[in-house]
Amino acid sequence: MSDRSEAAGIALGERLLAGDRRTLARLLSHVEAEDAVGRAGLTRVYPATGRGHRIGVTGPPGAGKSTLVNAVIGVYRDLGRQVGVLAIDPSSPLTGGATLGDRIRMVDRYADEGVFIRSLASRGQRGGLARATIAAAHLLDAAGFDPILIETVGAGQDEVAIAAAAHSVVVVQVPGLGDDIQTIKAGILEIGDLLVVNKADRPGAEITARDLRRMLALGTGAKPWTPPVLLTSASTGQGVVELQGALDVHRSALETTPAGHGATGSAWDERVRGIAGGEVRALLRITLERWLDRGGRDGTVVAAIADVASRRRTATDAAEALVRGAVRDLDPAG
Amino acid sequence: MDGDRTEPGTRPIRVLIAKPGLDGHDRGAKVVARALRDAGFEVIYTGLFQTPEMIATAASQEDVDVVGLSILSGAHLALFPRIMDALRANGMDDVLVIAGGTIPDEDVPLVRDLGVAAVFGPGTSLREAVAFIRDHAPRRDGPA
Repeated sequence: MSDRSEAAGIALGERLLAGDRRTLARLLSHVEAEDAVGRAGLTRVYPATGRGHRIGVTGPPGAGKSTLVNAVIGVYRDLGRQVGVLAIDPSSPLTGGATLGDRIRMVDRYADEGVFIRSLASRGQRGGLARATIAAAHLLDAAGFDPILIETVGAGQDEVAIAAAAHSVVVVQVPGLGDDIQTIKAGILEIGDLLVVNKADRPGAEITARDLRRMLALGTGAKPWTPPVLLTSASTGQGVVELQGALDVHRSALETTPAGHGATGSAWDERVRGIAGGEVRALLRITLERWLDRGGRDGTVVAAIADVASRRRTATDAAEALVRGAVRDLDPAG
Repeated sequence: MDGDRTEPGTRPIRVLIAKPGLDGHDRGAKVVARALRDAGFEVIYTGLFQTPEMIATAASQEDVDVVGLSILSGAHLALFPRIMDALRANGMDDVLVIAGGTIPDEDVPLVRDLGVAAVFGPGTSLREAVAFIRDHAPRRDGPA
């Protein structure tokens, strides 16, 4: 890392902590680009993070996630809270371009100083999030936003990465998307701390809610938290105040429930460790992948692959040797 | 291209497409947004009826390199100065501002004097607009 980039990042971090919104926007770009300025800036502000309630909002395309987020922002603002929003849309795998349209539905909030909305393109990352999502949430957190709402890519069935990035996950469904088998298949019940049937002014909403409650009742074992099923209509405002209230209740429940499996601290602490663990694992993976893409050092990767192909070494042995090489290579002191 | 392997330190050009004022037609803006996306840009589309303050706030929070204003109402000489002021007030001094829509030829010098870098009238090829953005978007690779 160049000293100049590091100094610039630290300066940006300090201006962010002093409350400068334009600096927050710039530092978000650096963090998204995963450059040296972003790295130094995040390092500077990281000790000030950990306060904001990180809330994931996920569900199929067209479920009304953005409109619901817009409505919930209004409730938080009425409570005097500063709201950060990360809205993720997919990048085109062909061109890398993206159309980021979630702001259209959050239009009420554009000129409100207490709301900061940032659109993130997924930039090839799968799982419904952008790779820099958690780092971006750290910056909003450091800037004092609480809650931080993270709206995922309109998700199909396996976009569950949000579960490892948020303290609370809201799964948004709409009436008439299919029978209850769809719900099991989606695997989405498992990650939802709150289940919302949006567009509740449409026919079939009560039936969808009843089906969801039945599915939840089928779950095995006693759980400390049973996800509430809420009916909302972002267009009429129905259930939106209740949804915000349920989010605060979930946070309190996490804070007052002991961690499971004999772990120390509260269920909240456990989630915080879960987010940290996911972040570290993801960065380990990407760091190694990038080292591999650069070819490792001195053709070690090519040689290892040749060894495996010609049966001189197993892939397991070759991979372990490469990791040892990568560790030496990536050590800044080495 | 494998998007999973985006190299650190790079980012696509980010463009805000905004519809200031009261005309309710955004087909053109949507076509432009689509073309810019296909050119590999990240396009933030904000919808209709945007005030200058809303445009500037969105441009600032999204940290875009380019603001594209689509206007068909004829109110450009009233709105553009307010938009440029609002952008400056939000610290967006170096953003590239371009305009499209129905702006009469005789108004183009006035609009350019306000700081709008280019005006793309009806009949401009999208390729031309893409090339202009590539050539003129501020480079943000530096440490600041």
